[in-house]
Amino acid sequence: MTGTAATATRVLRQLRHDPRTVGLLLGVPAVLMTIFRFVYDHEHTGFERAGPALMVLFPLVTMFLVSSVALLRERTSGTLERVMTTPLSRLSLLGGYGLAFTLLAAVQAGIVTALSLGALGLHLAGSTALVVILAAVVALLGLGLGLLASAFARTEFQVVQFFPATILPQLLLCGLLVPRAHMGGVLHVVSDLLPMSYAVDGIHHLAREPGASAAAVGDVAIVLAFAVGAILLGALTLRRRTD
Amino acid sequence: MNSLPRPAVEARGLSVWRGGRKVLQDVTFDLPAGRITGLIGPSGGGKTTLMRAVVGVQRHVQGEVSVLGMAPGSAALRRCVGYSTQTLAAYEDLSVRENLEYFAALVGATREQVDELLARVDLQAAADQLVRSLSGGQRSRISLATALLGEPRLFVLDEPTVGLDPVLRERLWELFGELAGAGATLLVSSHVMDEAARCDEVLLLRDGRVLAQDTPARLVERTGTGDLDQAFLRLIEEER
Repeated sequence: MTGTAATATRVLRQLRHDPRTVGLLLGVPAVLMTIFRFVYDHEHTGFERAGPALMVLFPLVTMFLVSSVALLRERTSGTLERVMTTPLSRLSLLGGYGLAFTLLAAVQAGIVTALSLGALGLHLAGSTALVVILAAVVALLGLGLGLLASAFARTEFQVVQFFPATILPQLLLCGLLVPRAHMGGVLHVVSDLLPMSYAVDGIHHLAREPGASAAAVGDVAIVLAFAVGAILLGALTLRRRTD
Repeated sequence: MNSLPRPAVEARGLSVWRGGRKVLQDVTFDLPAGRITGLIGPSGGGKTTLMRAVVGVQRHVQGEVSVLGMAPGSAALRRCVGYSTQTLAAYEDLSVRENLEYFAALVGATREQVDELLARVDLQAAADQLVRSLSGGQRSRISLATALLGEPRLFVLDEPTVGLDPVLRERLWELFGELAGAGATLLVSSHVMDEAARCDEVLLLRDGRVLAQDTPARLVERTGTGDLDQAFLRLIEEER
């Protein structure tokens, strides 16, 4: 437990020394959401339909990029190997990253949600607390996928190429562009296998149904299961012994 | 008279493969407890690989190695072994102090010890600078300081004094002597012969083989030479 807390503190301190990254992480989603609102200026129902999905895409995209690069650096700079010679367990290390990144994602989601529901006039029938929780869970998913990507890359150039390979297909198939119900046979099956589909289903439930509906909570649980699965799988790629 | 205490590290027939090449070849040695053993030899000779095998971070290891009576890298050992890598194993985007505080938290060391070690490795003035902005010599001292955190019984220090000025080098060797005096075992690598003379024992490693392990005085005597440099050359000739 102390290892998790110490690692979370360390990751947050690294971020504190990098105010530009934090500024981009927190500011860019708000700017994009505003642009999106005015893209649909002629037709507010379009914004009502697609806006919520965007709220869960931000944490996935940003946390995937941050964590894939951060964990690749741990692997290539020798710090991972050094940390592994201390009593810190692999899960405590990842727990620390998870804690720091979900905290950051919660702040990001808080800003985007407040802006969307306030100035941008988006309507969500459901619980805003659950929206923030869903965003934090999606951030964990981003961490898990970033961790896996870092295992298959040797350089930062390579690891960012995993973004179009792993994240973009999910953006196409998650129901942001076309409702999942309209997708044909194979696409629908693939869509059903991808975690982001449940995150978008979840936010759509939250948009329509009051409070924390069972369907929305179920979707959050499914995304959490994917996230934990990705992180556990990724933990196996953190090796104590290397060549 | 009591029998000698059990060596802190015992290695028998230790071989390591890296990239299909056997970089350590049936190496056998003991590290006597409470002593400083210098691991001396040209670069590329296998010093770092040997140290990594002792710490338990090296893959493709064959042979028997026992560290404080346990298998290298086992969970119970991670509090007992302080490892300083030759390359910087610190977070470049944290300050020196923040790096030490993180590693201190991982091994259960106190803030007081962080302050004390910053002074001992002469990094007090740079404590609040980001590691990214430090010079090479300052960086290597961070790795050393993190290895000294906690209460390790075995220190594995890979070229800890490289690139340091003579005054600091002197002070660090005094520190190593204090640690050994307090009962800890040290394995310190170097490619500088005058550092070998400061060790209780010297392990000469060349091309992945142990040329000799003995006290510096006996090595000089055995080879009938005037100093360690000459002794090392003689041993290489004998090997041929």
